[in-house]
Amino acid sequence: MTELAAQSLRVVRDGTTLVDDVSFACQTGELVALLGPNGAGKSTLLRAALGIVPISGGTATLAGDDTQHLSPMVRAQRASYLPQRRPLAWPSPVRDVVALGRFSHGAALGRLSAADQHAVDAAISACDLDALAQRGTDTLSGGELARAHFARAFAAQAPLLIADEPVAALDPRHQHRIMQLVRDFVANGGGALVVLHDVALAARFADRILWMHDGRLIVDGTPAETLTAERMAQVYGVSATIEEDRVHIKGAL
Amino acid sequence: MTRLLTPTLALAAVVAIIAACLLGSTPLELSRVLAALAGGADAGDRIVVWSIRLPRALSAFCVGAALGLSGAALQGLLRNPLAEPGVLGVSASASMAATFALYYGLVTSNPWILPIAAIVGAVAATALILFVAVRTTSVVTLILVGVGLSSFAGALMSLLMNLAPNPFSLSDMINWMLGSVANRSFDDLLFCAPFMVVGALILFTSRRGLSALTLGEEAASGIGLNLRRQRVLVVLGAGLVTGAAVALAGAIGFVGIIAPHVVRPWVNHDPARSLLPSALLAGVLLIIADIGVRVMPTDNELKLGVVAALVGAPAFIWIASRRRALVD
Repeated sequence: MTELAAQSLRVVRDGTTLVDDVSFACQTGELVALLGPNGAGKSTLLRAALGIVPISGGTATLAGDDTQHLSPMVRAQRASYLPQRRPLAWPSPVRDVVALGRFSHGAALGRLSAADQHAVDAAISACDLDALAQRGTDTLSGGELARAHFARAFAAQAPLLIADEPVAALDPRHQHRIMQLVRDFVANGGGALVVLHDVALAARFADRILWMHDGRLIVDGTPAETLTAERMAQVYGVSATIEEDRVHIKGAL
Repeated sequence: MTRLLTPTLALAAVVAIIAACLLGSTPLELSRVLAALAGGADAGDRIVVWSIRLPRALSAFCVGAALGLSGAALQGLLRNPLAEPGVLGVSASASMAATFALYYGLVTSNPWILPIAAIVGAVAATALILFVAVRTTSVVTLILVGVGLSSFAGALMSLLMNLAPNPFSLSDMINWMLGSVANRSFDDLLFCAPFMVVGALILFTSRRGLSALTLGEEAASGIGLNLRRQRVLVVLGAGLVTGAAVALAGAIGFVGIIAPHVVRPWVNHDPARSLLPSALLAGVLLIIADIGVRVMPTDNELKLGVVAALVGAPAFIWIASRRRALVD
């Protein structure tokens, strides 16, 4: 079992508290959604927990080791991280982008080992990218590009997947396809922590939801327990009605 | 085709160096050049080949290779096809530091001072560019800082010329600034070679990180790249080879941007795999440009740096105007 865990994590930047005393855990075998309005501190929480940005208090561990002192290489072997901004500098072929996921295994583009080749091929197939493998990333649609980034993350074969708004700006079909990829990854023994903005999507796919507001973790529980009209009002400031896992948002409060 | 790129360019480099030995004010036949290279032939031929043409051709190749290599590495680090030691003001800063050493006669006390001064200038300028690059994602800002840095280095050089004690040292400085590999000896090459070799080794050992940076800095860190270490290595490596190139030939611009640009489509746009072919291509380009300089029937021999800029600047404008609007 691999676990990303945070204890009383705090991040303060220029006097502003971005993450305030947040404790959570995400381990293999579960899909955890992180919800909250813009500016709630979701991205900062992920980065701080992974040790990509410095923290102001508390601790974060990945498979038992303090992430602030973990080398990027070891961190990458334990958790794949898909940041919110994913700018590609060059119009590389899809297969090369996916192969970069093998970086933490020492792979160099153009001279992949048999194990690297195998992992890359498997990730490309899992994300249904076989037909696009040789295409330049500058010719892909938003949905195809999102799949390429996921294939890159899966190719690393790390037990955990941490994804920041992976389905933003995707059409409903692609949103579901991507979330199904994450669901399959968890079914195969992985664990995922995913930032989402679509509450219904989170309710449909996640085992657990972390609700964040104003830098704080409001509540942590299953969709059935935590998704209520009051919570929607408290966290997002909207009036909504909830029927099982269906969410109808009527308007801003 | 991709596999043949590097061997083809290496062969082209050898052919270009031999061609550079054949051509000149007194053309030599191939058999005489080959005999002279092998140590035979008559003494006159040996002097022409070994003391004049070969060191000059090798200098042109090394300078080109150094600029092509650092251009490719800087483009990978800054994720920007317009990055290059010349455009970013690194060459100008190295040149300024070297001129300073020349002006104060420091070079006469120890010949190592010149390459070291140029390298200090280059590393300082690269570090400044990086300092800005880490704080902004805007390509425009980066280029503007490079322009400013170039102008400032140019102004300091003008100041040194302004204060030049006599016309001879003024002419020395101007010749230096224009950039040339004329009359370079194997000794000149030897003084710069260690810096080029060490810089190139640093860049080649850190090349895998340049591939990782394709994903952007945050994702590159996410897949296991130590960003700080990568930046330091590339700045140091690029500074060393650029400084050594400037110490050997003065400031020669634009080769470092054109060679990687031509090479990139052949290596799947991978910065790591573009390093070696970019270096070879830039070396070949400068040998050819230098042959052109030598055979051109002008009263005063044209300076290599002048020709490189005359051809390179329009190419730079072409590349810049064709660049797709990336999400900066």
